[in-house]
Amino acid sequence: MDAAKATPIKRSRRITKTDIQQFLLRGRAFIALILVVVVFTSLSPQFLNAENLVIMSKHVATNALLAIGMTFVILTGGIDLSVGSIVGLTAMIAGGLINEGIRIDALGVIVYPHTWTIIVISLIAGTLMGAISGIVITRFNVAPFIATLGMLYVARGFAGLRNNGYTFPNIIGRPEFGNTGFDRLGAGDFLGINYSIWIMAVFAVIAWFVTTRLPFGRHVYAIGGNERSAELSGVRINTTKTIVYMISGFCSAMVGLIIASQLVAAHPATGETFELNAIAAVVLGGTSLAGGRGSVGGTLIGAFVIGVLGDGLVMLGVSSFWQKVIKGAVIVLAVIIDQVQARMQERIALQQQQEQM
Amino acid sequence: MSEAQETQTAVMEAALQEDVILRAENITKVFPGTVALDQVTFNVYTGKVNVLVGENGAGKSTLMKILAGVEQPTRGRVLLDGKEIRLRSPLDAVRYGIGIIYQELNLCPNLSVVDNIFLARELAQRGVIDKKAEKQQARELVRRLEQNIDPDALVSDLRIGQQQIVEIAKALAQDVRILIMDEPTSALSAAEVEVLFRVIRELKAHGVSIIYISHKLEELLQIGDYITVLRDGHLVAHEPTDGIDVPWIIERMVGRNPAALFTRKDHKIGDVLLRVEDLTLPRHGGGYLLDHVSFELRAGEILGFYGLMGAGRSDLVDCLAGARPEASGRIFLNGQEVKGKSVAERIAAGFVLVPEDRQRDGLVPTLSVAHNMLLASLNKYMNKLFLQKKKEQQAVDKLISDLSIRVANPQQTITSLSGGNQQKVVVAKGLLTEPRVLMLDEPTRGIDVGAKSEIFEIMSRLALQGYGVLFISSELKEILAMSDRILVMSKGAITGEFTREEASEEKLVAASAVGHGPANSGNHNNGRKNQNGRS
Repeated sequence: MDAAKATPIKRSRRITKTDIQQFLLRGRAFIALILVVVVFTSLSPQFLNAENLVIMSKHVATNALLAIGMTFVILTGGIDLSVGSIVGLTAMIAGGLINEGIRIDALGVIVYPHTWTIIVISLIAGTLMGAISGIVITRFNVAPFIATLGMLYVARGFAGLRNNGYTFPNIIGRPEFGNTGFDRLGAGDFLGINYSIWIMAVFAVIAWFVTTRLPFGRHVYAIGGNERSAELSGVRINTTKTIVYMISGFCSAMVGLIIASQLVAAHPATGETFELNAIAAVVLGGTSLAGGRGSVGGTLIGAFVIGVLGDGLVMLGVSSFWQKVIKGAVIVLAVIIDQVQARMQERIALQQQQEQM
Repeated sequence: MSEAQETQTAVMEAALQEDVILRAENITKVFPGTVALDQVTFNVYTGKVNVLVGENGAGKSTLMKILAGVEQPTRGRVLLDGKEIRLRSPLDAVRYGIGIIYQELNLCPNLSVVDNIFLARELAQRGVIDKKAEKQQARELVRRLEQNIDPDALVSDLRIGQQQIVEIAKALAQDVRILIMDEPTSALSAAEVEVLFRVIRELKAHGVSIIYISHKLEELLQIGDYITVLRDGHLVAHEPTDGIDVPWIIERMVGRNPAALFTRKDHKIGDVLLRVEDLTLPRHGGGYLLDHVSFELRAGEILGFYGLMGAGRSDLVDCLAGARPEASGRIFLNGQEVKGKSVAERIAAGFVLVPEDRQRDGLVPTLSVAHNMLLASLNKYMNKLFLQKKKEQQAVDKLISDLSIRVANPQQTITSLSGGNQQKVVVAKGLLTEPRVLMLDEPTRGIDVGAKSEIFEIMSRLALQGYGVLFISSELKEILAMSDRILVMSKGAITGEFTREEASEEKLVAASAVGHGPANSGNHNNGRKNQNGRS
């Protein structure tokens, strides 16, 4: 029973100043979110109306999806710079398939796949690009920063090559080809809430489940914490890491589809610099860039803070230059607070050890 | 060589008669530049503790890595129950029921105790982790090891000894047939070692075969059934432990007389070099890590510091080295007060620390031997703007020969050296700063007998040259043999002072327990907190 005794010691303690500090620090992302919402609501009355909330959530949804995939990558101690380019390339792939179909020269025909098939093909393409990054990183021992930087350029290049730098306009398909309905992904809703928001919610729940309840999720954390230890324990490092980049690629492809559908057009520059927003959301949500520490929930809150901050500043008419300054400052501040909390936690752990003795 | 060959044949024959579960046969492992193992045959007897000893670099760890599937042998084969098996990865080893507890702690600091114990072997129902069952089993394992560790605690919040226990629990959770323990006791207190030995005996009773590696030779004789000695990658002895004593082992290990281990030249002790007054280091959240410590060190004196882990010895030298700017108190060197508080100022004043954890605090693993050595004294080799290659080279060459560091080329990376030679590089780095006070924090930890002896010789020579040496060690024999005077610390205060003549093991131990309550109830408290609060 000795082992069980250790816990009640903590619980029976009265609430002290450090407890409150800890609570505030731990819930800082959430507190920041509430703060941002309160400030903007008081400054701009329309901020909280339903229409605006839906628009904001739609903006958040795409970044949050990228950030969810990015969370897996960063938890292993890696980074994925290619997400924005994969967004652009998958948008071009989907747009091309809708407008031009697949030309089969040997038979002299053009096949127009069904919309669902197009969505699946695009998602597979995104996942494959993640797999390539993953394989380059694990089999050829290339640093994730470099491998995904390479993929950033390659994917963006192919996005431009697909249609010589031109946009695929009006990608709604034609009834006679049976490939209509792609635009519904971006515009349609269920129970009055846009599909993209539902997709974000579903992805978030799955990601949360995977990170907390599946062996795979634990392996992701273990690799970020101490890769060698994980390897010696029998974790399949290369496979796990590759899958992580595939997840990120899959999420990016999803975002590519959503954006192309929302715009009803596929532009080769879609998603430029999205990777930075995604990384910012992950970091803001308390995930350590060194890996091993963080959560999907935190990332989601981080994405909301960034989204709400951005839209709120736009509504207040703050210049886009100041928006950037503020966003940058918030991100760095978040990491500083993170460090303070880590140090504090270490101190508390030490104190508890002392008390137990 | 003929003696070794005889042993080899004897081992081969023994394998045919006796109950050998695992057998590494004629294993050769070649690394670029070195032969780590040369035709070594090693038998593991069923349900016995098979001890493996040898100096660092003798090939023990390489052999264990081969058995654990981490490394592949260049030549030779591994037999399990008489059948040849291939171990291509750690997973293969696990599949054959071979578990290993590594020398360096291999835990994920960001995960909880439970998560670490079941890492890569999660208890899952339909693919989903069964947290309740895991916690239940973890609690039982920890209880079996008679420890008080919360299964939900983060490993980074545990002190080193507790982490070691978790490592052991992790191996026990695997239901292994063969368990390799590579220096499992290096971070454990005496009471914890007792528990571990009880567990080992229990495992033996259940038919588990143990391979046990340690530098603590008394310990080996206490727990071992068979002993195998390696030297320079060769097998030199393989016998039952009955009737074997420590000098016998040392002789096989080093190939020479063990009495020569401690070289202590008589040296003249000079005037007071260092005076420390009321050195105080507060602990976060109340209390003291160093509680008004005052002492003197004379030129040419080796002053030993003994104490339990967490007694404040490392904090003391950290303070003197300038790593703890929040410390208060006064320090006088040659009668002059030392004002500077930063590490750079302390080095300039003549303090230099050879830290306890040489891998983390003493060396930059990506740099070469030469660059590591020069790191603390680069400004001495500057010519206004540039580093003078030639001057650097001379300094490095001189120290390599002075300290007889075995290195093929100073441009070699530091990690390619053995532990003992790495330690000598750290000492060399310190000496290049031209110090007056040399502080050695556990300089012999984790290095082999031969290198230990060399470190002692260096210490002795430095004292002769008039350096003041502060020598921290947890090994009673070392500290008694080497020190001119011994201070004992407990709970941040000096609790005993003995001259070389007065000191005895009993007196040191008694003084180190002051403030820890009755000796018999001190079980888990020995390593109270991890050194310096690092984790």
